[in-house]
Amino acid sequence: MKNNKTDFIQGNIACVEGAIVAGCKFFAGYPITPASEIAEHMSERMFQVNGTFIQTEDELSSIAAVVGSSWAGAKAMTATSGPGISLMQENIGLAIATETPLVIVDVQRGGPSTGSPSISLQGDTIQVKYGSQGEYQVISIAPSSPQEMFDYTIWAFNIAEKFRTPVFVMADVMVGHMREQVEYPEDYNELEIFDRKILDDPDSTEGRFLSTEVAPMPIFGNGFKANVTGSTHDEFGWRNVSDPKVMDNFIKKLTNKILNNKSEIIRTEKEYMEDAEVVLLSYGSVSRAALETVHTAREKEIKVGSYRLVTVWPFPEKEISKMSENVEKIIVLENNLGQIYPYVRSAVDGKAEVELLSPSVLGEFFEPNYILNKIKEAK
Amino acid sequence: MLKDIEHPLQKYIRPGTNYTTCPGCGNGILAQSTLRAIKNLELDFDNIVFVSGIGCAGWIPSPSFNTDVLHVTHGRAIAYATGVKLTNPKLKVVVFSGDGDLSAIGGNHFIHAARRNIDLTVICVNNRIYGMTSGQAAPTTPKNSKTTTTPYGNMENTFDLSDLAKSAGATFVARWTTYHARQLTKSIAKAIDKKGFSFIEAISQCPVHYGKVIGMRNDAPSMMKEFKSKSIHINKIDSLSNESSDDKIIVGELVNENEKAELTDLMQSLRTEVGTDG
Repeated sequence: MKNNKTDFIQGNIACVEGAIVAGCKFFAGYPITPASEIAEHMSERMFQVNGTFIQTEDELSSIAAVVGSSWAGAKAMTATSGPGISLMQENIGLAIATETPLVIVDVQRGGPSTGSPSISLQGDTIQVKYGSQGEYQVISIAPSSPQEMFDYTIWAFNIAEKFRTPVFVMADVMVGHMREQVEYPEDYNELEIFDRKILDDPDSTEGRFLSTEVAPMPIFGNGFKANVTGSTHDEFGWRNVSDPKVMDNFIKKLTNKILNNKSEIIRTEKEYMEDAEVVLLSYGSVSRAALETVHTAREKEIKVGSYRLVTVWPFPEKEISKMSENVEKIIVLENNLGQIYPYVRSAVDGKAEVELLSPSVLGEFFEPNYILNKIKEAK
Repeated sequence: MLKDIEHPLQKYIRPGTNYTTCPGCGNGILAQSTLRAIKNLELDFDNIVFVSGIGCAGWIPSPSFNTDVLHVTHGRAIAYATGVKLTNPKLKVVVFSGDGDLSAIGGNHFIHAARRNIDLTVICVNNRIYGMTSGQAAPTTPKNSKTTTTPYGNMENTFDLSDLAKSAGATFVARWTTYHARQLTKSIAKAIDKKGFSFIEAISQCPVHYGKVIGMRNDAPSMMKEFKSKSIHINKIDSLSNESSDDKIIVGELVNENEKAELTDLMQSLRTEVGTDG
């Protein structure tokens, strides 16, 4: 652990230090801009903390090795950008299906395709939710600063372990490459670190999969004789691909494990919402511009509030629905062409006006004045 | 009473599993050879993890072997196994893969695991066809063969998987056919016991989907007799002319190296050297 109290570091480096505090002992990755600093720093740090680093032959292999590592008992992580996520998607599906706790950091860049490696875009918001085949739910967290890259990587590991599922940390070029002061915990012993529940007895008749209460994990090498498959299976891992009832149970237990626990997973941050008439709804790096705009607006006595999704998935539709009852207008700020915008409209369901605002040039930082002018137009 | 007699390998089989293959499939021979090797080595079965991907070979360990089994996506078994092994090097990790799974969709993981010399045992069941999807051409399908995706004959050249493993850096490579069950058992035991990347290529029969390609539909005995007649031991290869060796299956232990450093050992040394705060 870091002995100094603060560092002036890049978001990507803060992410690595957060992972180590969380207990990460395995990192597999493949070089990609703008996430490579995470792999580079991990290659130095993992062996110092009795962990493992491997640079794999591709991203398919990175995520596969991370899943294997988690089943062998380690807290494990990979980091990449959009193209890497695209390559990982099939194996991310296997991680979800087999209920494997792990963390995937996506330092987003411009796309589609090779796109612009060092231009920031919130282009993967939907691809992490729906990129793999079939029906499932994911958890994703959107940090907005190097400090949050540190704090939220710890949190990502905690909820991955708690709910036995992959968790995405959705950074972007701005957050990953930004350098800011990061404060380390005063007392590491006081941090809440959650470790997965492991099956305690090989002869236990308790299920090992598919519980909305999260089944204990039969970690390899303990005589549990774990039967782990990406095929449709029951509570003990037995494959059954012919009975629709088994598939129904398989899909619903996996999704409800996340959806039934939304209140514990979802986090939002509200500023000046008490009397807000116009709301800036944002997530990730864009939230910084939203907050700055709110401060400027309040100086001019315009009643604007900031509503930030700290977790984007699972989507907080109930919270947004309730919030919308007391406001006139919600402006959805996204550094894309509106990936959560339809979800917000659906949640608001006519109770307030909903408008999308992308930056005037995609990939450029939102100018608070640009946002403020839009608010004034709206008034 | 006959019903009281238990098969000597029964203890390795997960209660409640049914071993299902097509008639005459070579999977049963491979399952038995592997389990006999483990029995002969007197290994604790709980200390072995089997990883397999998609295709008929994936069903040899999963779910039937009564230890930890991980059944993953097509082509990626070695990549998953790498994560298991690096995290807990005390575990023996054995990968089962078919020729399509290993050398087509998963070829990259295969050569890189060999290059790294990570302590894995990879057993490839090479039946020279995609059996699970009923008979498409594989990278191992002989030239000119008519399969469901090469109705005019296969135009492509074939991979020699053992040669590939050798060139990429494997420290133990053996090729046998299902006709050579005893030799297979011995080589699999050596492969599991050896620290480093070990590769077993088992030429196997798929009477249903490859048998029809070579005019031996549903005829496993003829296919195995052909394995016998076409096989020549590596030690006897010098006596063959180049022309007559084309049609042969070279069997035996092709690589057995002892000098090369193994990846998990190197990593453990590094941890000891640079470790700071546990």
